[in-house]
Amino acid sequence: MTTEKLALIPLLPLLAAAVTSFMRDGKRASIVAIAALLVSCVLSLIAFNEAWGMAADDKPKLFTIPWLAIGGTAINFGFVLNPLTGAMVAMVTFVGSLIFIYSAGYMSHDKRMARFFCYLSLFAAGMLGVVLANSLILFFMCWEVVGVASYLLISFWNHKPEAAAAGKKAFIVTRIGDMGFFIGILLAFKVTGTLDFYTEAENGILQQDDLNSQMAFGFSAATVISFLLFVGAVGKSGQIPLHVWLPDAMEGPTPVSALIHAATMVAAGVFLVARTFPLFEAGGMLPLAAWVGAITALVAAFIALGQYDLKRILAYSTVSQLGLMMVGIGVAGVSVGMFHLLTHAFFKALLFLGAGSIIHGCHDEQDIRKMGGLAKPMPLTTIAYLCGTLALVAFPFTSGFFSKDEILAGAWANNQPVFWVAALASLLTAVYMTRQCMYVFPGTHRGEHAPHESPKIMTVPLLILSVFALGLGALARGSLLDKLPPGNAVKHETIVIAVSIAVALGGIALGFLIYRGRALGQAADPLALKPFQRKFWFDEIYEATVGRLWTLFTIISEQLNALLLFIRDLAVEVASRIGTVFAIGGDRKLIDSLAFDGMCARLRCAGRTVTRPQNGFLPGYLRLIALGAVLLTALVLWAK
Amino acid sequence: MTLALHHYLILAAVLFCIGLLGAFSRRNAVVVLFSVEIMLNAANLNFIAFWRFGANPELLHGPLFTLFTIAVAAAEVAVGLALVIAVYRHFRSVDLESLDTLKEE
Repeated sequence: MTTEKLALIPLLPLLAAAVTSFMRDGKRASIVAIAALLVSCVLSLIAFNEAWGMAADDKPKLFTIPWLAIGGTAINFGFVLNPLTGAMVAMVTFVGSLIFIYSAGYMSHDKRMARFFCYLSLFAAGMLGVVLANSLILFFMCWEVVGVASYLLISFWNHKPEAAAAGKKAFIVTRIGDMGFFIGILLAFKVTGTLDFYTEAENGILQQDDLNSQMAFGFSAATVISFLLFVGAVGKSGQIPLHVWLPDAMEGPTPVSALIHAATMVAAGVFLVARTFPLFEAGGMLPLAAWVGAITALVAAFIALGQYDLKRILAYSTVSQLGLMMVGIGVAGVSVGMFHLLTHAFFKALLFLGAGSIIHGCHDEQDIRKMGGLAKPMPLTTIAYLCGTLALVAFPFTSGFFSKDEILAGAWANNQPVFWVAALASLLTAVYMTRQCMYVFPGTHRGEHAPHESPKIMTVPLLILSVFALGLGALARGSLLDKLPPGNAVKHETIVIAVSIAVALGGIALGFLIYRGRALGQAADPLALKPFQRKFWFDEIYEATVGRLWTLFTIISEQLNALLLFIRDLAVEVASRIGTVFAIGGDRKLIDSLAFDGMCARLRCAGRTVTRPQNGFLPGYLRLIALGAVLLTALVLWAK
Repeated sequence: MTLALHHYLILAAVLFCIGLLGAFSRRNAVVVLFSVEIMLNAANLNFIAFWRFGANPELLHGPLFTLFTIAVAAAEVAVGLALVIAVYRHFRSVDLESLDTLKEE
């Protein structure tokens, strides 16, 4: 496959988005969107196959389109193919295709289905652009396309005020991170003079090793740039303190939650860190990434314990797992973080789609207190969901087990405090997932309507994803860890494996012990403590601090505005006075009356006088000619 | 009494004045044309007279110019009459005083 064809992978969904934006018929739009993504999925798999043939330190394959040339520097749009890109692009298109197909079933009753598929395609195009981009600026543009598309998708049911607010919140909070990201891009351009990650001449941002010798703001350039990029990653990947948008984003349709909050968009932040890993390494920002990730993982896991909304639990679980990915990259390098990202994409997409199937089957009920006893009426969904749960809690030999094990092993080797935090987060993961399953599947149904199984178009993707959720870890473990940097597997201590298995099984056991035989839904939940339920008051704290500050700024700026308005009015008044003088004295009297009108009047008068002889009486003309002749003759004679 | 140069000149001047007065005062376009012809012929008479009583009668200057003038006058009358007919067709009149459409209203 030539590298030019790489460009087709994001362009096909983009084209589909353009086409479907003109369509009204939802079914046809879904066919167009799914077909486009399937073709790019095939192309991606070809690209993946090719990338997998490359060794970890091979030169990446590049395809560059010059975009702007300013002076001697050129800003390029380019695409890159290396094992990291290959794995990511294959995952995004594959999971994306399954989600698209599932959406065709899930959204089939929605009047705006065509529009939904338009947004989905736009989102997929942006995400694939992010993955394939070879320059920071193209990366950032696609990153923003992803942001816009997620805004549109989260607030898709915009007749609900909560959905509209959630969309806005997601957009604004991620924008705070993007601000840092953008400053980082500008700084990187200033320091390195290029925006390309890799170039043929080997002087791309990631190929320069003298970044530490340059300074910016009193730190080494690599430190500042990687910190700013990390701010962007924190916003997009829902790390503390910018995680607040992610749970609210659950207001969107469930396939969107699966696509955005499991497989792709939130992974974009982690992917950014993975892509610019050499910068983080040079700048010494990896411990920061690890710590932010660990704290996020722990806090989000605690919050997940206290939630009753099926999708919100999964959302906090996603935040927590993203934290673990950051830990993985921070302590053990790209390969470990990306391994967890890939396995997580499959099992979390599975869980979200399963949740969608459950919500669909329970007539749009999302509160787990009103569910229960779903195992019998929804067998396929239950099996799939349990597979996803096992993978998420890292039950031995599921895909989550292998990837989480790598993270823990890396943490044990490099940063033991982080290891214990991550282990505690894993324990809590097992507890809250068991809690959720205990609420949803066994016992009797507590809702009003009888639940029913979802149609085939929804269950089949679930089953496909289940296979991957269980098997991908063992399958991909060896090759993935070899292909991606740092390339050398960490030694697995016995204690790491023991802890890893203990937290998974212990968490499940703990969950069973607490929730077995309890009157779920009526009595108080022993783990839904107030701080967890209220999400550690993050929203309230932001309301009280950032919100207050904002209000203060608003008041100040309003006063300033009033002052400026007064000055403006004054200036306008003075100007209008001066203008009046000139208008009446200068313009109207001098130029209009005297110069222009006066001249015109005189011209007209002269014209009237001159035209008087022009009376149309031919003998009169003749007489004048004769008179003229006589006068001329007289003149000639006199002049002699 | 023999005819001398000044007799011819006086006759020509009288003819010219008649033509001039006619052209000035008459309203009928055809009559104005007649008058112009009379003036031309007064000029022709002058040519002939000056030739006949001039220094070199054998050089035929006078008849030559006269012939030219008659030819030009014939052409002019042809054009003029055509114009008069065109004007008549258009205005149903050859009265010069009524032909004043170019005049400022």
